[in-house]
Amino acid sequence: MAETLSVKKKDGGWHARMNVLTVISTAFFACLSIIIAFPLFAGLIASFRPGRELIRRGLSINLDLSTMNLNNYNYLFSGNADSKKYWMWFKNSMVLTIMTTVLTLLICYFVAYGITMYNFRLQGVIFTLVIATMMVPFEILMLPLYKEVINLHLIDSIWGVMLPGLCGASTIFFFRQYMTSLPKELLDAGRIDGCTEYGISVKIMLPITKPAFAAMAILCAMGAWNNMLWPLMVFRSASKFTLTIGLNTLLTPYGNNYDMLIAGSMLAVLPILIIFLMFQSYLIDGMTAGAVKG
Amino acid sequence: MKFKKFLYSQKTAPYVFVLPFILSFVIFWIYPLVTAILMSFQDIGAITTEWVGFSNYGKLLKDRVFHTAMINSFEYTVFTCALLIPFPLLYAVLMDSRLVKAKGVWKAILYMPALTSVVISGTLFRLMFTEYKTGQMNMLLALIGMAPVKWLKNKWTGEFALLVLCCWRWTGVNMLYFLSGLKSIGTEIYESADIDGATSWQKFRYLTWPLIKPTSIYVLTISIYAGLAMFLESFMLWAGNDSPHNIGLTIVGYLYKRGIQKDDLGYACTVGVVLMVIALIINFIQLAWNGTLKKEES
Repeated sequence: MAETLSVKKKDGGWHARMNVLTVISTAFFACLSIIIAFPLFAGLIASFRPGRELIRRGLSINLDLSTMNLNNYNYLFSGNADSKKYWMWFKNSMVLTIMTTVLTLLICYFVAYGITMYNFRLQGVIFTLVIATMMVPFEILMLPLYKEVINLHLIDSIWGVMLPGLCGASTIFFFRQYMTSLPKELLDAGRIDGCTEYGISVKIMLPITKPAFAAMAILCAMGAWNNMLWPLMVFRSASKFTLTIGLNTLLTPYGNNYDMLIAGSMLAVLPILIIFLMFQSYLIDGMTAGAVKG
Repeated sequence: MKFKKFLYSQKTAPYVFVLPFILSFVIFWIYPLVTAILMSFQDIGAITTEWVGFSNYGKLLKDRVFHTAMINSFEYTVFTCALLIPFPLLYAVLMDSRLVKAKGVWKAILYMPALTSVVISGTLFRLMFTEYKTGQMNMLLALIGMAPVKWLKNKWTGEFALLVLCCWRWTGVNMLYFLSGLKSIGTEIYESADIDGATSWQKFRYLTWPLIKPTSIYVLTISIYAGLAMFLESFMLWAGNDSPHNIGLTIVGYLYKRGIQKDDLGYACTVGVVLMVIALIINFIQLAWNGTLKKEES
C-alpha cells in the first residue's frame, strides 16, 4: 500500500515536470520557426511597397497598412511588356520542371528496376558506377559539359539543360532502396501470365512503386524549379529564360526593377510551396531515404 | 523475329533497362570528367589549343586569388559543419521526444527555406544585411546600442552573413535527416534502458549517438560536399561574382570566373580538378573511417 502511494506521488511530480518541459520545448520551436519564417515574411510585406524603398531602406517590416498597396502585383498582371516577360519565365520554368520531373522519374525507375529485379553479370559494377557519379560534385563537370553541350548543338535548348541530369544517381538510388523490399515473385507470376519482361515492369511493378514516385516527384520538381547555375550557362536567348535566371537579370545595380523583383520572387515561391504543403509527408520519406541506410 | 526474341529474353532485359544510365554515364560523366582532366593540361585560346603540361597547376599554386578562394571555401565548410550538424541533431532529438506539441507545423516551417531558390533567398538576405541603419541586422545592433555595420564589405561580417543564410536554408533539412535516423532506432531499446534506470544523457550518449552515426556521417558528407562546392549563395548575396577584396569568392566561384567570365577554360578546369581531388580525398577518409567502424561492430 505504501509502495503504490509513493509511486503515485513520483508520477505526479514527473508529470508536472514534463508539462513545464513541454511548454519550454514547444515554445523553443515556436521561436525558432518565427526566426526562420521571418525573412520570407519580411519579403512578403516588402512586396506590397514600392521597390525603391528596398534600395533605400533594406528589407523593413513596417506593418503600416496605409503605405501598402497591390501595385507591384497589379504591375505583374498588367499585361505590359514586363509582365509578359515575367509570365514567359514562369511558363518556361513550368515546362522545364514538368518535363524534367516526368522524364527523370521514368528513366530512373527503369534503370533502378533493371539493377534491382534481375541478377546479371554487370549488376554490381553498374550500381557502383551509380554511386560513383554521386561522389563528384556537378560543379567540377560543368565547364567540360558546357563545351560538350555547345558541340552537340544543344546550347540554348531545353534539352541541353535536361539531358545531363536525367539519370540522377540519387533518384536511382532511392528507387532501388524502395524496390528491394518488393516481392520478386511478382515477376514470375507475370511471366507465367504471358507478360513480356517490359510489360511486367510497366503493368505490374510500376503501379506498386507509386509511393516512391510521389516522393521523388516532389524532390525532382523542387530541384528543377529552383535550378539556376546550369540553366544560367545553357540558356542564352531571353525568350528561354526560366524564373531563376529571369529574376537574376532584374538585379541591376540601379535597382530600377525591384518592384517586379520582389513581387515576382514571392509569386515564384508559391507553386512549389503549394506542392510542398500538399505532399509534405511523401517528401520527408523521399529525402531521407539515403540517410538511414547510409 | 530472332532479334525480337533476343530483345525480350530475360538475359537481355536488364541491359536494356540500364542502357539509359550507361549512355548518360559515358556521355555526361566519364567524357566531361576526362575532358576536364585533359583540359587542365591545356591552354585553350579562341583559335588554338596548346598542351602546356603542369604549368596551369604551377600557376595555380602561386595564384593569390585562388588561395583566397580556397581559404574562403574551407572556412565556410568547417563552420557549416560545426553549425549544421550539432544543432539540427539537437532539434531532431527534441522533436522526436514527446515534449513538443504541433510537430507538423514546426517541421513544415523549418523546411520552408529549402523551397526558395537561391536568387530569392540571396536577395532577401542581402537586403537584411544592408549597410543602412534601416536593415534588420543593423536594427538588431541598434537595440543593443551598437553602430551600424557594413556587413557585406568586411571579411568576418560578410562570412557571418553567408553562414546565417546557409543555416537558414539547411537547418530544417538536416533536422529531417536526423529525425528519420531517430525514427529508425525504434522505442524498445529506450524502454529497456528506462528499466535499467538510464538517465536522459546516458541514453543519448550510449544509445542515440552510436545508433545515429550512419545518419551523422551521411549529413557530414553532404555538408562537406555542399560546403566545398558552394557558389550560388555567395554569388547571390553579393549580387555577382565580385565582392570587396574577394571576401565572398569560393573555389567554384573562381572556376566560374575563369571559365565563363574570362573564357580561360584550361585554367578553370585546373581549379576543378584540384577541387575534385580534395573532394575524393575527403570521401576516401570518410569511407575508411566508416568502414573500420563497421568492422568493429561485427
